[in-house]
Amino acid sequence: MKPSNNTILPIIHCCPACGLLCDDLSVTSTTPVSIKNACSKSIVFFDKALNTPKITPSLGGKSADLTTAIQAAADILGKSYHALFAGLGTEVQGMRAIMRLAVKTNATLDHMYSEGTVRNTLAMQNSGWQTTTLTEIKNRADVILVIGTDIVSSFPRFFEKLVLNTDSLFNKATPEVMYLGLDEEAVKLPEIMNALNALMNAKNPLNKKPDNDMIGGVSVAALKLILEKLKASQYGVVIWSASALKFPQAELTVQSITQLISKLNETNRIAGLPLNSGDGDSSVNNTSTWLSGYPTRNRFINGHPEYDAYHFSTKRQLTSCDALLWISTFNAHLPPICDAPTIVIGHPDMQFEKQPAVFIPVGIPGVDHIGTMFRMDSSVAMPLKKLRETKLPSLSDVISQIEANLP
Amino acid sequence: MITLLKNGRIYDPNSGKDGVVQDIYIKNGRIITKPGATEKITQTYDLTGKVVMAGAIDMHSHIGGGKVNIARMMLPEYQETKKYTEPEAHVCTPSCSHNATPSATDTGFRYIEMGYTAAFEPALMPVNARQTHLEMADMPMIDKGGYAMLGNDDYFLRMLTAKKDQKAINDYVAWILNATQSIGIKVVNPGGINAFKFNQRRLDLDENNSYYQVTPREILKSLSTAVHQLGIAKPLHVHCNNLGAAGNFQTTLGTMGASDGLPMHLTHIQFHSYGIEGDKKFSSAAAQISEALNKNKHITADVGQILFGQTVTASGDNMMQQLNAKHANPKKSVIMDIECDAGCGVVPFRYKDQNYVNALQWAIGLEIFLSVEDPWRIFLTTDHPNGAPFTSYPHLIRLLMDKTFRNEAFAKLNLDAQAMSNLTSLDREYSLNEIAIMTRAGAANLIGLNDRGHLGIGAGADITIYTDNTDREAMFAKPDFVFKDGELVVKEGKVVKVVWGATHVAKPKFDVSVEKDLKDYFDKYHTMQLDSFKIDSDEISSDGRGSIIVHEGKLASQ
Repeated sequence: MKPSNNTILPIIHCCPACGLLCDDLSVTSTTPVSIKNACSKSIVFFDKALNTPKITPSLGGKSADLTTAIQAAADILGKSYHALFAGLGTEVQGMRAIMRLAVKTNATLDHMYSEGTVRNTLAMQNSGWQTTTLTEIKNRADVILVIGTDIVSSFPRFFEKLVLNTDSLFNKATPEVMYLGLDEEAVKLPEIMNALNALMNAKNPLNKKPDNDMIGGVSVAALKLILEKLKASQYGVVIWSASALKFPQAELTVQSITQLISKLNETNRIAGLPLNSGDGDSSVNNTSTWLSGYPTRNRFINGHPEYDAYHFSTKRQLTSCDALLWISTFNAHLPPICDAPTIVIGHPDMQFEKQPAVFIPVGIPGVDHIGTMFRMDSSVAMPLKKLRETKLPSLSDVISQIEANLP
Repeated sequence: MITLLKNGRIYDPNSGKDGVVQDIYIKNGRIITKPGATEKITQTYDLTGKVVMAGAIDMHSHIGGGKVNIARMMLPEYQETKKYTEPEAHVCTPSCSHNATPSATDTGFRYIEMGYTAAFEPALMPVNARQTHLEMADMPMIDKGGYAMLGNDDYFLRMLTAKKDQKAINDYVAWILNATQSIGIKVVNPGGINAFKFNQRRLDLDENNSYYQVTPREILKSLSTAVHQLGIAKPLHVHCNNLGAAGNFQTTLGTMGASDGLPMHLTHIQFHSYGIEGDKKFSSAAAQISEALNKNKHITADVGQILFGQTVTASGDNMMQQLNAKHANPKKSVIMDIECDAGCGVVPFRYKDQNYVNALQWAIGLEIFLSVEDPWRIFLTTDHPNGAPFTSYPHLIRLLMDKTFRNEAFAKLNLDAQAMSNLTSLDREYSLNEIAIMTRAGAANLIGLNDRGHLGIGAGADITIYTDNTDREAMFAKPDFVFKDGELVVKEGKVVKVVWGATHVAKPKFDVSVEKDLKDYFDKYHTMQLDSFKIDSDEISSDGRGSIIVHEGKLASQ
């Protein structure tokens, strides 16, 4: 058989479209894309990825060759004193390169979805937590409490793979799933979680309230039932989405969730699962942590890392940074508006309202080049495969060349 | 290019050289015989009066992987600890990161600055192996490797329950070593991490895991046999049941007998040498443990010394860490169940010399060091970062080599603890040769690194050179020179060249049909494909920095 450059053989593939990183997809690089074990997110992801326009780098919207664009980016960063590296939609190998560049340029680092990540990190740094991972849930969970999310909108195959599975190591029944604080109800979660914690204490007066009294829109009876089901479980799991908690001091609500889990663990086995948001947030956070000692949000000053989850947010830094490097390789997420010179490196399908000073389209990890990515539970790092031949450089190649060309 | 190290005082236990003045020649990263008169010596270092040893090897140090990164993430306040103000203060520079949770970069730098040229991550969780290797790949200067954790994974416990034969177990163990790119096998709280998932809170050596109906003893027997029969150099690395619990020395003594005389290494044995004597029901069982170690020649151990100050404990043993979490300081902890594979528990600790238990833990570790007769079977560790950061090794070395210094430190301890320890009656002072055994020759021998840990012809030129100093802490904290694979990388305690060490692995052969059942298991019960679980050598070596060194097992040399 004659080898073909345009392979149409399906390969078993790991999908970076959400934090589950399903690696049982079978994808062909044909158009239209054909995917076995697809979901709503993977179809959109691969469809966009495999239909990217053929475009070149550009400077202020004018086409430029890669070398010129890289030099222009290096010049901007070379002149900057406090650049902001934001977006950070990348995987481990890309983040490694970004960290090296950040050390050289005294940059601040923040991921596009760090709001949720930071809420979890702050809770974990304040009191710790007790958590579990996907395979444990698949095989052990018999009761699941889901907080602030329906899960499927963000992780379409979660239930198919981990809840409705027929095979499990201990022949357990399909777990019962309970929800709290969906959609606009999420703002009531601080009150609801405090009530659940209070109800754990038999002496708390809340226990004497009538069953039909409402707390945060939920009856006392329903709250008591939730606790009873968790207490009666063999292995209960509490899942929350920190990104859904869009109210001030939401980290305290995360902490309220983790405290409930800890309390339940005094007698039972109950474990938490914080969901992530995607676009490489878990990969970026982990890589930053082992390379600098700190999770994001952090920065480098004269080679030394500093950490400040509050001040180093994109929102705060946008007004004071003197250069913005926006990275988004998985999806065509656009950079925020910024007065400082903006360099965009990422998905070829970006349609800018305001042309950045430099735009360098790069390959999509798991499509155009291999990579390594952390799953939502941060315990498993998965290899991403290459799906097609492309002329697009990888992010890490481009970043390394920018670093090499700094003045 | 030939480098000559001239007139150094050589401490090389493998060749029995105990302070012999001798020249060393290095070519292409290796120690060579004296070259012929026609060959040009490119560089000469006059080491007259200097102490020369092989690069040190840390055979047990939590340098990377999930739990270490969780510790970093949970404790950003540690990164800012630039100076120790503890009484146990070590030599420290203003910008140093001598904390319990250094970044991967700092880990490599701090090790090489102390003359360590290799460190081994002892709790590489198979499902988390990729992360561990990613972190180790970003660790400059030193060689590294990992011991893969087994014995709490549901796959293995199912095999035991199903009474699979030893060959099937051996194939699985060999497959795990290959798939995870590890050099040894470790078991943590045998069966206990798994039992915790079924809500068991403690597990004794002869107590059944409630679901699988197998005991820790059976797990130890099965795994130590597999390691032995596969010819893996590194004996089964055992973190006993009941870590940290008063009275646990009985479990430890029992564990020594669980392998029917096959080699086992009992790690951080200090944490497993506690009695229940005295008013506080917590006492030293160092004498019983040391006596047993002296008798049981098939057992080796590292100490896991605690030193006072702030640190963090990061362990696979979530069952015991869940119990220890009430002592957390600062008050926080992360406890995880992980992937039907194992678990982890990260609990910050602040060991205080005025705390009875902490003071006695300190004394127990030293009692064991001083009472175990054979330095080839006892190893210098703090179970970094669990007992103390590895950067406190020079301080620990001084405690072992300097009785006056040790007794002065002892006199400052909690008085009740002093009354319960016989430490001051132990007069032993370790010699330089014994330190070289514990931290070099013995460690290399234990892991099976044939060309490391010694200065013989053909050895990899990992060499550390110190100025002799009666203050052994100062001496070991800051070597004059460190050579890694023949290159000068540290001069006067500072890194002068950045290099990237290799990853040491063992790849015993196995029956490939083992993957048939594994694939079925992964497809049914796991959340990743079998192929994603396996780590390809290219993942470690393709970045242009990393490399893999495969060590032949004992069988190959027979």
